[in-house]
Amino acid sequence: MNERTEPFSMPASFNLLWLQSAGCGGCTMSLLCSGAREPTAALEAVGVRILWHPSLSEESGEEATRILERCAAGELAVDALCVEGALLRGPRGSGGFHRHAGSGRPMMDWVKEIAQAARYTLAVGSCAAWGGVAAAGENVTDACGLQYEGDQPGGLLGANWKSRGGLPVINIAGCPCHPDWVTETLTALALGAFGGKDLDSFNRPRFFADHLVHHGCTRNEYYEFKASAHKPSDLGCLMENLGCKGTQAHADCNIRLWNGNGSCARGGAPCISCTEPGFEEPGHPFHETPKLAGIPIGLPTDMPKAWFVALAALSKSATPKRVRDNAVADHQVVVPAVKKTGLK
Amino acid sequence: MTRIVVGPFNRVEGDLEVTLEVKDGVVAEAWAGSPLYRGFEQILRGKHPMDALMFAPRICGICSVSQSMAAASALADAMGLAPAPNGRITRNLAHAVENVADHFTHFYLFFMPDFARAEYAGRDWHARAAERFRAVRGAAAADIMPARTAFLAALGTLAGKWPHSLAIQPGGVARALEASEKIRLFGLLRDFRRHLETVLFNDALESVAALDSAAALARWAADKPRGDFGAFLGIADDLVLERLGRGVGRFISYGNYPQAESQFLRSGVWDGKLHALDAQAIAEDISHAWLEGEMRHPAQGVTRPQDEKAAGYTWCKAPRLAGLPMETGALARQVVNGHPLARDLVEHGGGNVKSRVVARLLEIAVILPEMEKWVQQLAPGEPFCTQGELPSEASGAGLVEAARGSLGHWLSVADGRIANYQIISPTTWNFSPRDSDGTPGPLEQSLVGTPAGEGNVAVQHVVRSFDPCMVCTVH
Repeated sequence: MNERTEPFSMPASFNLLWLQSAGCGGCTMSLLCSGAREPTAALEAVGVRILWHPSLSEESGEEATRILERCAAGELAVDALCVEGALLRGPRGSGGFHRHAGSGRPMMDWVKEIAQAARYTLAVGSCAAWGGVAAAGENVTDACGLQYEGDQPGGLLGANWKSRGGLPVINIAGCPCHPDWVTETLTALALGAFGGKDLDSFNRPRFFADHLVHHGCTRNEYYEFKASAHKPSDLGCLMENLGCKGTQAHADCNIRLWNGNGSCARGGAPCISCTEPGFEEPGHPFHETPKLAGIPIGLPTDMPKAWFVALAALSKSATPKRVRDNAVADHQVVVPAVKKTGLK
Repeated sequence: MTRIVVGPFNRVEGDLEVTLEVKDGVVAEAWAGSPLYRGFEQILRGKHPMDALMFAPRICGICSVSQSMAAASALADAMGLAPAPNGRITRNLAHAVENVADHFTHFYLFFMPDFARAEYAGRDWHARAAERFRAVRGAAAADIMPARTAFLAALGTLAGKWPHSLAIQPGGVARALEASEKIRLFGLLRDFRRHLETVLFNDALESVAALDSAAALARWAADKPRGDFGAFLGIADDLVLERLGRGVGRFISYGNYPQAESQFLRSGVWDGKLHALDAQAIAEDISHAWLEGEMRHPAQGVTRPQDEKAAGYTWCKAPRLAGLPMETGALARQVVNGHPLARDLVEHGGGNVKSRVVARLLEIAVILPEMEKWVQQLAPGEPFCTQGELPSEASGAGLVEAARGSLGHWLSVADGRIANYQIISPTTWNFSPRDSDGTPGPLEQSLVGTPAGEGNVAVQHVVRSFDPCMVCTVH
């Protein structure tokens, strides 16, 4: 996607089928917040035609089931199958925890069948990608992702599965995923501008997964000086005490921003690394940073521990009073000094 | 007598299957089925209590702030914590943005597209309805989606993102607002108001909120074109939607939007008269759900799946208040709170397809002007979050109103961990199955007498008039 120079090829039509499995519908709700444009119109503008979407389409009941049957039989071409929500294999491998309404048929069977017919299959959100929140705890429903179970390849379709278009399941991870991650992936696919090289090692589109949530975080000055928040609503860095994984989590949340101007960290909340497999069971409370001898266990990606310890000690000793005081307040108690001469 | 299974229901949140016994072209009996089980109540057991703030919003993508509010309130109750005034106001704003946006989304994207269906091709209004409201391709979408997105940008500022924000805390919010953001929010609300007043109502919100009877509503609608709401009222008259989907006649509201001393919308029960809400009288029957156990108050509730239970036909429990099914939602909220239009509609036709839709749009007109006042009460510089300790043994309840109605979380903590967590969501009330007395749930009762069969979409209207959220139902 990044390095192509050949012109885009506008498709005559690029058919999209969207299925909801065991999820919360949040990725669809997120999609509907897609920028200034109406998302279905924006997709249509690049040739994407919605065959059926459970929250948006007119067809209900038998008409809807008939569309799914025609897709599965190959009578209706599916270019992109988007699956939102985890696939439930329980109880006892029957898939009975989710039978698609009207057909009585386990959702996992519908998904398996239509994925064989579709040109590309996309996991929309971390539930469909890895199992996600649906697989938390004892995973009583035996939830998994389309091609992963947590960080282990496999899932519903199997580790070596490829779609007819030659790609594994494209994991648009996130809980929910950002609307633009969905529309831009679909747009690139429709234009013939997306291939295997555009996926990272967890098959996430690299255009968002090659960033860290840390990039663009407004708390970076606090991070630099290890001036840390101690309690919710403090302005300081959320990494040292409050569980933030933004320096390790792959996503562009603080570059792209959510709902106009937000992100989890900008909302005062730690990044819980919701684009990463297994994020739902971190092995510690989400609002606390696990530490060993006072040092966070989860160090920033690409940073050796010794460096981090040395840098933290140095930066803590050099923290300006403004940054130190503001870090533990909920508004700036010391504002940046105004210099009396021209900036150099 | 023929039995038909209707599903999937498009444009409802989540998966729904309704079984109908049809006699002489009308529904004789109905069974509401939720064919998905996710197990949040099992997932939450053993977790750190504060982890509820991460899991609860993920019960539902469409009312995630409501779920966060219920979890934060249950935790605050367990901690004996009162939120900071700024935190209380900010939470109310975030919650109201979601609730108002949900009503707006339901009307345009979920409910109105059914009137564009070919089945109505003979009606005078059909061509206009099809042009404006047709699913995906209607002209309204291009109007309303950018307005909705701009309005939801308020949640970017208030809570970081929507859905699934972690900003909502037991003591308030994790994000203190600055003075400039207070200005921005006020501007966003005014901008959305302008959109509502031109496109949806063609009138001032205050004039809509002041409509005090069915007759006043009819006069208002006849006076001049009244936007998309007016279009709905015209269709509702022609199809006599006030005769469709008559409910159980008992309405519950937990009350919403806490103020310094009271709630902006009061709690209570309405059955022709107003009663105080006795939350201890709530119990969940599981005789017809694929679950083990017996009827219990949610504070002692148990959730254990049992998929081979012969009497089961859904994953949804059957909440009852003092043994009776209750309707919940915007209509219930406005009736309990004493809005004269809602009371008049219910007195003369009960809960029905028309009164439920009217109540939702009425509530938009009631709440948005309040939100403008709330923003102005914010005091940047003062605390937005109070801090507290959670005892290692504690219990708490969080009762709030989601867009779709009464939402409760019941939490107990033992040894510093969640010992039990039970959730009753609005659609669990409305789409509950039969109980052990054989009494059907509110939707099941509302469908009786509805015309059904080939080419008839009346059942679709009745189902969608409740604005069901099945993903919440089957948490």
